[in-house]
Amino acid sequence: MTGASRRWGPEVDKTQNNRAWFLVLPVLLVVSFSAVIPLMTVVNYAVNDTFGDNEFFWTGLEWFEEMVTSERMHGALGRQILFSGIILAIQIPLGIFIALNMPKKGFWASLCLVLMSLPLLIPFNVVGTIWQVFGRVDIGLLGYTLNAMGIDYNYTNDPIDAWITVVVMDVWHWTSLVALLCYAGLQSIPQAYYQAARIDQATRWSVFRYIELPKMKGVLLIAVLLRFMDSFMIFTEPFVVTGGGPGNATTFLSIELAQMATVQFDLGRAAAFSLMYFLVILLVSWVFFTVMTNLDREENR
Amino acid sequence: MRFRSSAIVMTLYLLFMLIPIYWLINMSLKTNAEITGTFTLFPVDITLQNYVTILTDPTWYMGYVNSMIFVTMNVVISLAVALPAAYAFSRYNFMGDKHLFFWLLTNRMAPPAVFALPFFQLYSAMNLIDTHIAVALAHCLFNVPLAVWILEGFMRGVPKEIDETAYIDGYSFPRFFVKIFMPLIASGIGVTAFFVFMFSWVELLLSRTLTITEAKPIAVTMTRTVGAGGTDWGVLAAAGVLTIVPGALVIYFVRNYIAKGFALGRV
Amino acid sequence: MSRITLSRLAHSYLANPASDADYALKEIDHTWQDGGAYALLGASGCGKTTLLNIISGLVRPSRGRVLFDDRDVTDAETAERNIAQVFQFPVVYDTMTVGRNLEFPLRNRGMDPAYIARRVEQVARMIGMEDILHRKARGLTADAKQKISLGRGMVREDVNAILFDEPLTVIDPQMKWELRTQLKSLHREFGHTMIYVTHDQTEALTFADKVVVMHEGRVVQMGTPEDLFETPAHTFVGYFIGSPGMNLLEAEVAGAEARLGGVAIPLDGCYGPVTGRTQIGIRPEYVMLSDEGLPATVLRVEDVGRHRIVRVALQGQPLSVILTEAMAVPADAHVSFAPGKINVYVDDWRVAPMGA
Repeated sequence: MTGASRRWGPEVDKTQNNRAWFLVLPVLLVVSFSAVIPLMTVVNYAVNDTFGDNEFFWTGLEWFEEMVTSERMHGALGRQILFSGIILAIQIPLGIFIALNMPKKGFWASLCLVLMSLPLLIPFNVVGTIWQVFGRVDIGLLGYTLNAMGIDYNYTNDPIDAWITVVVMDVWHWTSLVALLCYAGLQSIPQAYYQAARIDQATRWSVFRYIELPKMKGVLLIAVLLRFMDSFMIFTEPFVVTGGGPGNATTFLSIELAQMATVQFDLGRAAAFSLMYFLVILLVSWVFFTVMTNLDREENR
Repeated sequence: MRFRSSAIVMTLYLLFMLIPIYWLINMSLKTNAEITGTFTLFPVDITLQNYVTILTDPTWYMGYVNSMIFVTMNVVISLAVALPAAYAFSRYNFMGDKHLFFWLLTNRMAPPAVFALPFFQLYSAMNLIDTHIAVALAHCLFNVPLAVWILEGFMRGVPKEIDETAYIDGYSFPRFFVKIFMPLIASGIGVTAFFVFMFSWVELLLSRTLTITEAKPIAVTMTRTVGAGGTDWGVLAAAGVLTIVPGALVIYFVRNYIAKGFALGRV
Repeated sequence: MSRITLSRLAHSYLANPASDADYALKEIDHTWQDGGAYALLGASGCGKTTLLNIISGLVRPSRGRVLFDDRDVTDAETAERNIAQVFQFPVVYDTMTVGRNLEFPLRNRGMDPAYIARRVEQVARMIGMEDILHRKARGLTADAKQKISLGRGMVREDVNAILFDEPLTVIDPQMKWELRTQLKSLHREFGHTMIYVTHDQTEALTFADKVVVMHEGRVVQMGTPEDLFETPAHTFVGYFIGSPGMNLLEAEVAGAEARLGGVAIPLDGCYGPVTGRTQIGIRPEYVMLSDEGLPATVLRVEDVGRHRIVRVALQGQPLSVILTEAMAVPADAHVSFAPGKINVYVDDWRVAPMGA
C-alpha cells in the first residue's frame, strides 16, 4: 500500500538550494554594518589599557581575569540570574493565560489589543519614573494605598520591597509582549482542530495541552528568548526607580557595568565586562535554542 | 460559561495595565508642586500647562516628529530586508543556514551599551551623525534579527504546496510573494511590524548617542526635564502620555492582521 | 446508530434574514435512515457543509429541529450528540502517537483501559494501521492521517452517525480509490449511518446507496444513483450527473408530443397543459445518431477514449450524443431519441406525465 508520501501540515519540506543566500544577502549586509564592525572596536578596547591621551597598550586577558574573580561581579550576576528567573516564571505562564482569554474578534478584541499594548509603548525612563512616584508612600497611589491598609512598604529602605517593586514593574511592562505573541500564534490554529476536539468530547485542558500548546511552541520560544535576553540586560527601569539600591540590593549586571564605565571611567574593564556579558547571554540563548529545536526534530521522527 | 471567566480575567488584567497609566495622566495634569507635595487621586489644581509647554515648544514637538521619522524608516527597512530572508530560512536548506540564523539572533543579545561608542565612531566617520537614517540603520541591529525570527516562525506554518501551486498557475516569484504569500502570514507581519516599531520607538541609548539637535528623538528630549532645578515631573508625565499615542495608533491599524487567523482549510 | 430526522430545518448566517436569498439552507424536511450510506452531492457553496455541521452540532440552525431517533438534539452540544466527523483537512493530534490518537475519544469518556486497548486494536486493524500504533502521528502522509481521523470516528461503538466532509480532497488520486473502497466495506461490515459530502459525482455514486443532491441551499432530489440518472427531478441534477450531463432543449409540450422548432417529437405519456419555461431533457447516452429521424448538423466530434462525443445542432439548439467505438458518424446525420427516456421540465422541475 504505497501512496505518494507527501507530507501535509505545518512541517515544510525544505529544498536544498544555495541560491537562497541571495535572499539573505540584504539582511547580512545591514546587520554586518550594524554589528560586526562596531563589535571589533569593542574587542579592541577589551584587550588594551590606557593611561589617557588616547594611548593604548596591550594587556591581553588581564581585564577578563579580573572580571571573573571579582566579588562584586559575582554578586551582580547572582542577583541578575534570580531576577531573570523570577521574571520568566511569572511572565510566560501569565502571558499564555491572557492570550487564551482574549476575545478572538470584534470590537472587544480591538479594544483589548490596544489597551494591553500601552505599557509596551512607554519609553523605559518614563516607565521607571511612573513607578518611582507610584510607589512612594507620600505621593504615590500604590504606596499611599498600601500604607493606608497598614502594610509596611518602603522601596527605598527595604530590599525585599525594592525587589517586589522592580519585579511587578517589569511584569506590568512586558507581560503583554508574551501575550501578544501567543495570541498571534493561537489565531493561526485552523478551526477544524477545535471542531474535531469538540467531536472527540475533549476537555478544555486537553484542548490546551494537545492542540493549543503544541501549536504555540514556535512563538513561545521567541517569547522566552526575548524576555530572557531583555531581562538579563535590563538597565533603565530599575535604575530610575531604585538606582540599584538600597545598597546594591537591586544592582543587576547592566547597572554594575554602567557604574564601572561611568563612575570609574574604566574603558578597558568595561569593555571586557561587556564582552563577557554578551558571551553569557549568547551561551544561555544557544542552550535554549538548541534544546527547543532538537525537541522539535525529535518529534518529527 | 467560558465567556464569563475570560471576561473577568481580561477586566482584571486591563485594570492592572491601566492604573499606572491613569497615574501618568494624572501627573501630567498636575503642577509640579502638587505632584511632589501631596498625594491626590485626582488633580486638585487641574492644569493643561504641561501639554501646552510641549505642543508649543518646537524642541519638544520636533522630538516627536524626529522619532516618528526614523522609526518609520526603520520599520520599512527592517521588514523589506527581513521578509525575503525569512522566506529563505523557512523554505530552503543552504550552506550554513542554521549557524547564520543563530548568529542573527546573537545581534539582539548584545547590550546596546556595548555598541554605543563604536557606532558613534563609525557614523562620525561617515558624516551621518544627527541624521534620521543613522538612527534607523543603527536600530536595525536589533530589529532585523527580531523581524526575521518572528516572520520565519509564521512562514513555516504555510504549506509548501501553496508555493508550488502558484508557480504552476504561472505566478512569478514577486507576484506570488505579494499577492498570495503575504496575506497568508498577515498576522505575523502585523505582530512583527508592531514589535519593530515599539523597540525602535523606546530605544534611548543609541538614539541619544547618534543625534545632537536635528534628529533628536522624543525619548532624549524627555531627559531634558531632569535639570538643575529638580525634575519637571508634570512636563515629563505629559510627554510620556503623548509618547503612547503613536504606538496606540500603530497597533490599532495592525489589529486586524494580528487577529486574523490562517485559513488553512480553505486553500 | 440512529435515524436522523431534520424537521423544517433552515439556516441563515445572517442575524435577520429577510428573504429566501438570505438563507444558506432553505427549508428541509428529511429523514436519514438508520444504517444508511448517503451521499450529499452538490456544487461548492450549495449548503452541504452547513447541513453537515448542523447535524453534528457545530452550527445551531436558525429554524427547525434535529432529531436522533426520537430525541430532539437541536440544542444539544456536539459532545452530547455522539457523532463522528471526518474533515477535509486531516486533523490529528500531532504530539500523540497513532495509538493515543485513536483512544482519545474513549479516554475522554473515562472508559475502562482494558476495553480501550481492545477497541483501539480492533479499529487499527480495520484501517490497516495496527503495526504503527506506537509511531508519532506527526510525520505521516495525508492519507494515513485521514485514516487516523476515520479511525478516531469509528472507535466509539455507539456512535450515532459518521459524517464525512469531502474527506478525500487532500488524498492522491490512487489512494482515493483505495480509501473509498475501504469506507464502503466498513459500512457493509458495521452498518453505521454514514453521510458523505462531496462535489464529485463519482465518489457520491460509488459510495452511497442513496444520493441527496443539493442546489443553492435546497434538496432537489434524493434517490438511488439509477433514479438520479434516469429521472432527474431537477435540471441541475440532470446537468450535474453524467458526463457529459443531460441535454436540455427548449420546447413546447402539448399532449403526447413536444414541438421543437418546427418538428414534433413523440413523448412517452401524455402531459397536461403546462405554463412556464418548458424544456425536454434526454441523456446523450439515449440519443441515437443514424440516417433516420430528425435532421441535425454535426458540429464536431470529440474523442474521449472509450467513446466519442458528437456535438450536433438540432433546430438551432446544441445537443450531445455519445457514440461507442463501433458506431460511425453518418454522413447525413439524423438524431432519434430512445422512447421513454425523455423527461419534461417546467421551470427546471420535472413534470410527470398524467396518470404516472
